[in-house]
Amino acid sequence: MSTVHASGAEIHNAAPAAGTPEAELAHKCLHYMLLMREVEDRIERKLYRQGKVLGGVYVGRGQEAIPVGSALVAQADDVLFPTHRDMAVFFIRGVSARRVLAQYMGRVDGVTRGRDGNMHMGDMSAGVVSLISALAATVPVAAGVALAMRYKGINGVAFSYFGDGSTSRGDWHEGVNFASVQKLPVVYICNNNQYAYSTPLNLQMACANVADRGPAYNMPAEIVDGNDVLAVHEATVRAAAYARSGNGPYLLECKTFRMTGHSAHDAAHYVPQGLFEEWGKLDPIVRLEKRMLDERWAAQVELDEVHASIARVVDDAVAWAEQSPYPDAATLLDGVYESQ
Amino acid sequence: MSTTYLEAIREGLWEEMERDPNVFCIGEDIGEYGGAFKVTAGLLERFGARRVVDTPISEAAIVGASIGAGLMGLRPVAEMQFADFITCGFDQIVNFAAKCRYRWNAGVPIVIRSPSGGGIHGGPFHSQNPEMWFVRTPGLKVVCPATAYDAKGLIKSAIRDNDPVLFFEHKALYRKIKEDLPSEEYTVPIGKAKVVREGRDLSIITYGAMVWTALEAAERLAEEGCSAEVVDLRTLMPLDRDTVCASVRKTSKALLLHEDTRTGGMAGELAATITENVFEYLDGPIVRVTAPDTPVPYSPPLEEAFLPNAEKVIEKARWLHRY
Ligand SMILES: Cc1ncc(C[n+]2csc(CCOP(=O)(O)OP(=O)(O)O)c2C)c(N)n1
Ligand SMILES: [Mg+2]
Repeated sequence: MSTVHASGAEIHNAAPAAGTPEAELAHKCLHYMLLMREVEDRIERKLYRQGKVLGGVYVGRGQEAIPVGSALVAQADDVLFPTHRDMAVFFIRGVSARRVLAQYMGRVDGVTRGRDGNMHMGDMSAGVVSLISALAATVPVAAGVALAMRYKGINGVAFSYFGDGSTSRGDWHEGVNFASVQKLPVVYICNNNQYAYSTPLNLQMACANVADRGPAYNMPAEIVDGNDVLAVHEATVRAAAYARSGNGPYLLECKTFRMTGHSAHDAAHYVPQGLFEEWGKLDPIVRLEKRMLDERWAAQVELDEVHASIARVVDDAVAWAEQSPYPDAATLLDGVYESQ
Repeated sequence: MSTTYLEAIREGLWEEMERDPNVFCIGEDIGEYGGAFKVTAGLLERFGARRVVDTPISEAAIVGASIGAGLMGLRPVAEMQFADFITCGFDQIVNFAAKCRYRWNAGVPIVIRSPSGGGIHGGPFHSQNPEMWFVRTPGLKVVCPATAYDAKGLIKSAIRDNDPVLFFEHKALYRKIKEDLPSEEYTVPIGKAKVVREGRDLSIITYGAMVWTALEAAERLAEEGCSAEVVDLRTLMPLDRDTVCASVRKTSKALLLHEDTRTGGMAGELAATITENVFEYLDGPIVRVTAPDTPVPYSPPLEEAFLPNAEKVIEKARWLHRY
């Protein structure tokens, strides 16, 4: 399900394909997927192990196509609600890798100035609302953001992200039902990575797909290949257009796989042998690169240069974050209220 | 063989499940995975899926279903993955479970186990101490053990209790403390505090992980010639006012300590209890050492400043001792 259909002529000629909108989109997708992969790898495999990132670390390895393909569709006025596996949303909305790394290290230049850690961050000026840990708590809030958009005459869309397991929460159902009744402009983006912590889908829901929940709310629901970034992008374009036109919410279920344990301290022994290997073959970055080469949107040397430049960006970001000071303990009481 | 706080809770669950076929566990990831902290590890293998029920991520359903099962005569032990998420089952606890007996004389014999507390770099949503939300809801019992011995004895009593019991397990204690437990069966009564260190000059009244902080402070205060008594409440509701008042009557000075935030914390209730009952015995103002009124911050220097510790206790205790 891609927007791109290369003609035979293009396949034989790299030059014309390279500058097309399809090629540009692919390059953008690759950039953000690689940036997310690299930042998360540094956090989980280096900084966490070195004791420079403390507490819980959750990554979206193998799922990068979902935040990237979808958030690239968002317009300036749109508001996004990423989960703990959607780091790329921040990069796409202009939050730097430096500040994200400082956030993970609890430094004063982190997005929450050390008040919170990991993906628990938000910035209304970037149109990103912070999650709270309680799963699906963002779903009713997304309905409220969408309500306010309509109220104020903003032609925006709320992008509400969640995992498969989060759809079991009452908050999820209340938020989705309300948005459906009110025909609010919300795009729901589910990363169905087939696990919620150790809980497999069959213990989470009695239906086969998260998308099966759509009809109960009279809401269109689509199943998307969540490891194909261009497919995610194309589906999100469709969903956002539907929501933006006042038709109500739209659900995208992006099928994927969590290529890690639930968090850095979970070895995921409960995942049957072979699944990681099987899904590893569907890695969204590898797939996009292959597509880019096949379609002649890029040559191998260019891809190598993208990898190298991402590594440099992340080296710089880690160094910058490490130099950011810890917050001063004297500021502990500040900011509970606007004025104290 | 010494037993950790975590193992003590598991042993208590295990023994009660062996003893009473109506006892069962319910919660997220508690079966094959053994729970986020592994408290229920091994229970599925021993007791089977009928008695170790894995649920979807649905705290309201976990609590609500426990209430239903409790009304039918079963004795559910529900696990919240973190105490912070107990909010998602709040209505079921404070409106349904808490009020059944008073309204229509229906007992709800459920236990809700929740890992609470900070000091693990968990940030605002994996570190909270939500006990006071429940202490101030009539109809609920609230237990906060500090030792492995009490954790085991109290989980057993909680399971046997015919009213809803909130059982807060301090997650920083899970693997940090160990002790030798009696080989014979025992329980610890709900509603009884314990003097865990005798002293003459002042009483430090506390519960949960702060009991260890108080003991550390008392040890160091002793070197300076200040003899501090330490009272471990063990149960916050029903509150053992007699033991609290007896200690203050003896030492004439009270330092109230908790990890929970200040306003509306247990210390306020204790202070009122002391002034109502033993005011004339007091030789100094009642002092509090608590976390400040902020969310639990993530960054290490902020969390350290947030949490009470022995230093902070000693400083206040010295002042009170000299008063
Ligand atoms: C209300 C609530 N209950 C439990 C948890 C603990 N917890 C954190 S992530 C998680 C699994 C989430 O699964 P899913 O929604 O599928 O997202 P995924 O992590 O797989 O992306 C659980 C149970 C929580 N954060 N919030
Ligand atoms: Mg999942």
